[in-house]
Amino acid sequence: MTDTVAAATEVTSATDAQEPLLAISGLAIDYRTGRRRWNPAVRGVSLRVEPGEFVSLVGESGSGKTTLVQGALGLLPAAARIRGGSIAYSGVDVTGWNDKRMALVRGNYVGFIPQDPNTSLNPVKRIGVQVIEAVRLNRPKADYREAALESLRTAGLHDAERVFHQYPHELSGGMKQRALIAIALAGRPKIIVADEPTSALDVTVQKRILDHLVGLRAELGIGILLVTHDLGVALDRSDRILVMQRGEIVEEGPVARLSAVPTAEYTKRLLDAAPGRHTGRLAPPTAGDTPSVLTARALTKTYQLRGRQELRALDAADLVLRRGTTHAIVGESGAGKSTLAGILAGFTTADGGSVQVGGREVIGLRRKELREVRRDLQFVFQNPYTSLDPRFTVARLIAEPLHAFRVAGDRKDRVRELLAAVSLDEEFLHRLPFQLSGGQRQRVAIARALALNPEILVLDEAVSALDVSVQAQILRLLVDLQARLGLSYVFVTHDLGVVRLIADDVTVMKDGAVIETGPVERVFHSPGHDYTRQLLDSIPGVR
Amino acid sequence: MTVPLALPRPLSLRRLGDLVHQPILVLSWLIVLVVIGWAVAPGLFTEFSPYEGDTGASFAPPSAEHWFGTDRLGRDLFARSVYGAHTTLTATLLAVLLAFGVGVLVGLIAGFSGGLVDTAIMRLVDVFLAIPSLLLAMVVVSVLGYSTNNVALAVGISSIAAFARVMRSQVLAVVTQDYVKAAYGLGVGRLGVMGKHVVPNALSSVIALAALEVGTAVLAVASLGFLGYGAPPPEPEWGLLVAEGRDFVAVHPWASILPGIALAVVVIATHRISTSLRKEARR
Amino acid sequence: MPRYIALKLGRAVFVVWAAFTVAFVLLFVLPADPVDLLFDPAELNSVPPEVKEQMAANYGFNEPVIVQYLDRLGHALILDFGNSVQSGQPVLRAVVDVLPSTLVLAAAALVLAVLIAFGVALAATSTRRVWLRNLIEALPSGAVSVPVFLSGILMLQVFSFRLGWFPSFGDGGFRSLVLPLITLAIPVSGPIAQLLVRNFTTELHSGYVTTSWAKGSTRAGIVIRDVFRNASLPALTIAGITFGNLIAGSVITETVFARKGIGRLTQTAINTLDVPLVAGIVVLVAATFALINLIVDLIYPVLDPRLRATLAAGGSR
Repeated sequence: MTDTVAAATEVTSATDAQEPLLAISGLAIDYRTGRRRWNPAVRGVSLRVEPGEFVSLVGESGSGKTTLVQGALGLLPAAARIRGGSIAYSGVDVTGWNDKRMALVRGNYVGFIPQDPNTSLNPVKRIGVQVIEAVRLNRPKADYREAALESLRTAGLHDAERVFHQYPHELSGGMKQRALIAIALAGRPKIIVADEPTSALDVTVQKRILDHLVGLRAELGIGILLVTHDLGVALDRSDRILVMQRGEIVEEGPVARLSAVPTAEYTKRLLDAAPGRHTGRLAPPTAGDTPSVLTARALTKTYQLRGRQELRALDAADLVLRRGTTHAIVGESGAGKSTLAGILAGFTTADGGSVQVGGREVIGLRRKELREVRRDLQFVFQNPYTSLDPRFTVARLIAEPLHAFRVAGDRKDRVRELLAAVSLDEEFLHRLPFQLSGGQRQRVAIARALALNPEILVLDEAVSALDVSVQAQILRLLVDLQARLGLSYVFVTHDLGVVRLIADDVTVMKDGAVIETGPVERVFHSPGHDYTRQLLDSIPGVR
Repeated sequence: MTVPLALPRPLSLRRLGDLVHQPILVLSWLIVLVVIGWAVAPGLFTEFSPYEGDTGASFAPPSAEHWFGTDRLGRDLFARSVYGAHTTLTATLLAVLLAFGVGVLVGLIAGFSGGLVDTAIMRLVDVFLAIPSLLLAMVVVSVLGYSTNNVALAVGISSIAAFARVMRSQVLAVVTQDYVKAAYGLGVGRLGVMGKHVVPNALSSVIALAALEVGTAVLAVASLGFLGYGAPPPEPEWGLLVAEGRDFVAVHPWASILPGIALAVVVIATHRISTSLRKEARR
Repeated sequence: MPRYIALKLGRAVFVVWAAFTVAFVLLFVLPADPVDLLFDPAELNSVPPEVKEQMAANYGFNEPVIVQYLDRLGHALILDFGNSVQSGQPVLRAVVDVLPSTLVLAAAALVLAVLIAFGVALAATSTRRVWLRNLIEALPSGAVSVPVFLSGILMLQVFSFRLGWFPSFGDGGFRSLVLPLITLAIPVSGPIAQLLVRNFTTELHSGYVTTSWAKGSTRAGIVIRDVFRNASLPALTIAGITFGNLIAGSVITETVFARKGIGRLTQTAINTLDVPLVAGIVVLVAATFALINLIVDLIYPVLDPRLRATLAAGGSR
């Protein structure tokens, strides 16, 4: 016990000195992969955060950035071990401290904002109780209730009194994340570590939360370490950026230098792939007056909620897709864009309105007739990890529509042809989905959608689940296929940066209704609606 | 990044090599295989007869000759256990096959059709779950008459509900998967989707349950045998063996305890196997 | 909310009614000649036809099935399940007579089982040695694998015959309760422990626990304040299954230890083909099961604010 008390005073007294708030040096972390087999996840990483500094750690999935943060907070899972290096808070080396001693550092000295606000609050406790816990553990002498309310207000929850008595499920995602920020602030930490704090949130909310973090740094003089996959987010707000790849820091530097003259090859690739940094299109836009292949008019869909409540998921939405072009539908969660895509593809039945594909009315078709339409219109799902049957080989997956429509001819040849079209080798034919990476899976899903030579592809957030560099490759593939096969795309996305890269037309949606529609150039340069402007402002990485 | 990336893996024997690191699992498979051997060809495992004994050597303690000792009539208890495997395991197999077949079919129909059909079937399943399965099996066997086959039937009927419920919940889980929606989108018909996607993916969990249910059914069959509802006395049956030795347990404990332990070991082995199958199914 | 209660209540009533119907079909309709079930099979051939006729009339077997059914259902509604064939006393009376004995055994076993289950789950959660953890996690499946009659006999052998600590049978006092209590508690604890171990592990790795670590909580604090409640709540959902295990276990336990109780009564009723008694027991057991599930359904929303919120919105789940 004396041990832990000493540790606490050690950390607190040391803060006055001019040591960095957090100094990690040569940290190496392994994951257990089998009996006495270890796989390095972090290889000798060094990192410093000075008082009042905003540092971002950028990396794609599997880069080891989350493991690094867990290591710094002493929150590594049981299957991981620290092989070497040290972690110091204000010059106090905490490497190898047990849970009891680390408990005095966490909350007190370093606050943590987790990734997913929806799972990070205890569902059966009121927000107030959860914030009070954080106060009680770190500031035993404070007036718990007052301190908790103050924390909630500082986190940007103006109606703190009400939130105090609410349960997590009664709050929106953004409010939950603010409650978590309040919990992180409750112990009056010197530094805040945020692990992808906004990746589960809408762009406009993301912008507000991140801006608030920047404000907190100025207001409270704390240091912030932001972990993100989004280089754009990091560029907009940090003082310094570290780029991480395969467990190593490949580049480090002030924002201005790093974005202007990146030295590492990987940083250049990331900068190139970040959609927000591009101003032009991947391919020249398609010329003006091309005939439409798909026309939707006044589509309406209402869901019956519990207790006679209704949700207008779609309110008189129109959409025109021109032949050989890409029409993007953008909006935040709940905008109705996925409902619209589902209706176009025949997965969801509309309450009213019409959809014409190639001059043929689709709404109200029976199952058999709808099947015929499927030849012309195919769908690509958001998550390639769930849209492929885990028991089917790649060959069987791609051949499935050929079998379903009893397509004549050599199906094996056709499958090889399709595989080549999405730039995959024949060696993939006999693999199962779990043996493929996310990008490879999405390629297979696209090949499958092309099997019947459709005219139209409806892509529902088809690149959102992928890392930026992979996302760039898939977008390139889609643009090439469009040029070669004359395809028309309905492209549903929440990412306006992507829209500018590939779309000809764009429809902005909010709360089930179309806010604005038109050519991308026009909408981006002179948006006709406040909401569109707000969305455009929220694109990370645009300067 | 924002989407939970589940990595489902199909059930496979590809990773047989991993077994080396799981000695208890290997042992469990060995035990089950040996006991199946007892059931199929008992003569290969013991030279003694399960029915005739040396009355002069009644209640001999376990020895090199009589591994489990002998009973009141001088019959070799190891031989009776070996031959008993046939009675008990046949009944178990029948019971599980019946429960699996009917349960899977009912669960599939309920899960895949939904609506009123689903509601009706599930309320019926509720009723069968409300009557403890041992009690239900006792009632069924009392109506049908005491015999091993009827015990099998009774145990089978009383476990249908469990299979139906698991199959239904699996079907419901699979039906909402994107790959099922994708199959419809590719123009595959309802029956095709059911046969190619829903059933194979739903079954892997049900097969793990079947392995678990083998253990439970062995226990149920033996319990009914112990209570005297199974095979008539000269017949060797595991539950009956324990019951026969019970009256002498104060003086000759092995007579009922050793066959009982053999039974417990088999059930533990099936549970271990079921756990590994369930883990496979979840991958 | 009222809709929810009505729905759950309706479901419970339906289960009891359906269990009655199942018992009626099994016991009164399926047997070719239900009268035969009233006699000992060995003496069946020596029974004169007039006597059978008389019995059939007594039990109403001469009436059309539907009349018999409605008649019995009507009586069952006022808890009249007829008279036991063996003892001649009313079925309800026969059950109520032995009920206290089983109730004491089952209640004590349930308490012990729950304690064991929580002990196992907490032990598995608090150890960080992988081999020890694996061992503890294997215990529940061992508990359900050992047949109740074997563990009962082993208990008798060791603690009664060898050590002489407890009496081997009988209903007298606390000391005679100890062995049956442990015998019954072990298999009942198995499924509860399995569920708890699983829940404790998932909850311990959930996002809000990370938040608590980051707040500066200690492991003990997290287990007590966060994990315990969230992991234990779902155990209520297997209350019905636990009840079934208690009933099935008490049939065997009471036989092994020669105790009177519902289990023994059931076994005797089945052995002597006491049809009204068997039917009565089945319906009463199903009714208790339905009642337990109803109570769980009604108190669950009180304990879980999320469910309470969906119900307050007027939903029916």
